[in-house]
Amino acid sequence: MLGISQGISRLSDRRSIESYRDLLILLVQKDLKIRYKKNVLGYLWSIASPLTFALVYYFAFQIVLQIRAEGYALILISGLFPWQWFANSLGSSPSYFLATSQMLRKVRFPLSIVPLAANLNNMIHFLLSLPVVLFMMLIYDKTPSWSWIYGIPILVTLQLIMLHGVSLILASLNVFLRDIERVAQIITQFTFFFTPIIYTVDMLPPEYLRWLPLNPAAPLMVNWRSLILDGTMDWGYVLFSVGYALLFLALGTWVFNKLSSRFAEVA
Amino acid sequence: MKKEPIIAFDQVSKSYPLYHHVRGIKHLMFNFKRNMKEMNANQYEALRNISFEIYEGEQFGIIGHNGAGKSTTLQLIAGVLQPTSGRVTVRTRVSPLLALGSGFHPDLTGRENVIFNGVLMGLTRREVMNRLDEIIEFSELGEFVDRSIRSYSTGMLARLGFSVVAHLDPKVLLIDEVLGVGDIRFRQKCIDKMMEFKRNGVTMVLVTHSTQSVMQLCDRAMWIHNHNVKMIGKSRRVVERYCEASGVPLPKRARDKKDEMLDFVEIEAPTI
Repeated sequence: MLGISQGISRLSDRRSIESYRDLLILLVQKDLKIRYKKNVLGYLWSIASPLTFALVYYFAFQIVLQIRAEGYALILISGLFPWQWFANSLGSSPSYFLATSQMLRKVRFPLSIVPLAANLNNMIHFLLSLPVVLFMMLIYDKTPSWSWIYGIPILVTLQLIMLHGVSLILASLNVFLRDIERVAQIITQFTFFFTPIIYTVDMLPPEYLRWLPLNPAAPLMVNWRSLILDGTMDWGYVLFSVGYALLFLALGTWVFNKLSSRFAEVA
Repeated sequence: MKKEPIIAFDQVSKSYPLYHHVRGIKHLMFNFKRNMKEMNANQYEALRNISFEIYEGEQFGIIGHNGAGKSTTLQLIAGVLQPTSGRVTVRTRVSPLLALGSGFHPDLTGRENVIFNGVLMGLTRREVMNRLDEIIEFSELGEFVDRSIRSYSTGMLARLGFSVVAHLDPKVLLIDEVLGVGDIRFRQKCIDKMMEFKRNGVTMVLVTHSTQSVMQLCDRAMWIHNHNVKMIGKSRRVVERYCEASGVPLPKRARDKKDEMLDFVEIEAPTI
């Protein structure tokens, strides 16, 4: 009897920080395991996609359209790898809560942990793909810069916070409005071409350049490329990214708090 | 001496808007006004003004026809739904016995799922690890425990689910008809475990269509009819009236205690 009552006190209504942390770790591990257990080539698949796109764009723009840019291959790679993370997150966000509907209808747990784990996962995949970027640089006789040591953590953190905010919005809304998924796809396509990924900032006509910060993805992607290729960052753009990260996090938290108590009614 | 209730519903109502009127963002944008009006007008009332109390150590059954509001009541206790009006008080942590497969991931092994489920319910990983061997032994899954649960049979899934919940030291156990599977030997183990819970004063809330099980396992029962409490009282009396009203003969009384419990577990197919 005594043993049992001790067990009860541990199962108090408020979840301990340790349990929250463990749940987060398990959720991240779960996705990693599934991704890499299902096929031995799990890792290859996660880098095959940006590499293939790089190849396709290289053919279309360098070989066919003969774009005037030095080292276009690296330009593509330094743009497409961070973008891949961005696009993957946008694309999978809408399904985060719907995919756990079985659980959230039965058990009470902090729901925002689901998108958080998914976003951490996407971040890990991006970090794991960085050696490929490094490898390509070495092939093209470029060397990495010391500024990566602080530059990468800064940009990773900003992108993570921003994507977490965005995914809270998309995942929450999609529980009620199922076609948010389609909207997210369109937004992703739209953003892709309005962001300097397959072209550089310098190629933008000046009258368009000043509108660039209006695109939340652009400051991040511009900095990713300059960090990877030259080891520099535009601090003005970093500030824009900080602003967007906080804005989306606040917006996402607000939407989530408004809607999350009703998820179990629909999902 | 009057004990304080561990779960209390005070004039609780729950209605949902019927979200299918919204359908999607396209629909919402083009008919925004009409949609919002429709949504607010077409509320589905799942529970209307119900009040009841459950005391510590009590076995409480909830019966009623399909769609009467039984599962909604359970979800309110579990805290995954918020009442539209009224007050739901739950003074302790509740452990829902998960319906088959929910909360399990098919690509993970049985062992990994046990850990995941325990932590999902609020334990720490360390606490689950301390009980892991016990849980696995209880589940009798043998070598299957290290295979992905995709290969499990329905009965094996149920065994895993019950084993996890049974070893989390639940204080309040919520059961929504999930015990009807598993082979005869495992059923007996579940029964023993349930009796142990009962002896140790674990509160149980049992939602079921099996009047037999309510009479045999529960001290008190509540009959929900048309989203409203029709009757609360000694389980036998409630079941009698419920059967009478439904035009179904009362299940015959079993003699031996063990037999009774066997009947209870045998009757219902699980809701998945």
